[in-house]
Amino acid sequence: MEKNSFQSSPIDIASCDRSFRREVNELSGENVGLCWHCRTCAGGCPYVKAMDYHPHAVFRLVQLGLRKEALESSTIWICVSCNTCSIQCPAAIDIPAIMDALRHIAVEEGVKIAQPEIVKFHEEVLGSIKKYGRTHKLEIMMRYKVRMRQWFQDMDLGFKMLARRKLDLTPSKIDRPEEVSRLFAGSAEDEKH
Amino acid sequence: MPALLKMKSIEKMDLSYFPGCSLATTAKESNQALMNVCEKLGLNLIELEDWNCCGSSSAHSMDQSLAYSLPARNLSLAPSGRPLLVMCPSCLHRLQLAHKKFSENPEARAGEETRWGRPIDPGLKIVHFFEVLSGIEQSRLEAALERPLKGLKCVPYYGCMLARPPSLRREKNYHGLIEKILSSLGAESLPWSFSSRCCGTFLSAARPDIAVPLVNEIIAGAVKAGAECIVTACAMCQLNLEIRCTSEEKVPTLHFSEILALAFGAKGSRTWFKRHLVDPMPLLKAKKLIS
Repeated sequence: MEKNSFQSSPIDIASCDRSFRREVNELSGENVGLCWHCRTCAGGCPYVKAMDYHPHAVFRLVQLGLRKEALESSTIWICVSCNTCSIQCPAAIDIPAIMDALRHIAVEEGVKIAQPEIVKFHEEVLGSIKKYGRTHKLEIMMRYKVRMRQWFQDMDLGFKMLARRKLDLTPSKIDRPEEVSRLFAGSAEDEKH
Repeated sequence: MPALLKMKSIEKMDLSYFPGCSLATTAKESNQALMNVCEKLGLNLIELEDWNCCGSSSAHSMDQSLAYSLPARNLSLAPSGRPLLVMCPSCLHRLQLAHKKFSENPEARAGEETRWGRPIDPGLKIVHFFEVLSGIEQSRLEAALERPLKGLKCVPYYGCMLARPPSLRREKNYHGLIEKILSSLGAESLPWSFSSRCCGTFLSAARPDIAVPLVNEIIAGAVKAGAECIVTACAMCQLNLEIRCTSEEKVPTLHFSEILALAFGAKGSRTWFKRHLVDPMPLLKAKKLIS
């Protein structure tokens, strides 16, 4: 799964997207060029095992202009923005902000998403916010499991949580949900709901 | 720390309150515990009228504009001159990041003010409950203490709360606060290696296969440290540590507000503990903290 040793075939410089780095910097408000690959981020990240590229390796892809590789990496979706990396980064790079920027470009360009299940989960959360102004966890989980065709996964857990009233059957709603749903008009998420 | 939050001479303090989706639903018990604690400490919480979700992990992951406009509505609902209390560390970051943007960028702020038809106070103080707590004198806590947590061995769990984006690094930090308060309540706070290990957040729902080994590692760490319970700062951490632990040995996990309310002798605590998926009652009974 890991691809941290770079591809053995030479990188074709002519096919690199030199504007990519600037695009990511502008969108994130950060400077990817500051990363000197000390790997501190990878050392501290609790999720590296589930990532194809370590966080700094994604930055290397961006630095080199390997647009497709960066946008199609699983890392950008596995990252939960816990900031464990950014408080340890000696260059004080807001690493999750760069991951956010890469996620936004990936969604906008419709590239092949390495972790479609995580995107589906985010879509369900946003769908819930659009509808109720708040998140309705039971509905999010049920819709997500149906979309993933994982009909029975976590069902026992769901029942346990229901029995302890940890999950509410009805949503906690805001009084004026239209105020919030309006925000979704024209947004990247609008077409999906 | 702003003088505003010093509690030394103030008998009662009004605070706007943003519960967030977890405390309003899955973690109702933490919310009830917090209400009890605040009443004891003379903090008057006034819930933001019609508050909405801060956008959570999903908004900033998928859509930059939602990541700011969702918190913006909440900020516009907060009356100026009264600090806004947030209980969820994640909501706190989202609200602080948005507020920082709007106080530094008047144009962006004006856009949101027009959208919501309400002003956003650029001087609004957005504080976590811990910040209020750190401003309260020790003697006041001692006066509220009715049921010392004598002999209760705890490990403090901050999750990702202490790790913040670099742009928020000048905000108040809470290193050591759980330990300090636990000790002052009579509990024993043990050192361990996982106090700041992320709980898995939304991967607990979207990719349980990733969250389970992480949580198991954290729980094993607590067992190894000799802890009888884990005390969390965040309701989502609390839930994740309970639902994603598959190892034989489980450790009850209590939200910070619950343990505080318990020590302050709050009524009705039994109903909160019944909602836990890892039952803390046997432990609390053995320690004679609950009858």
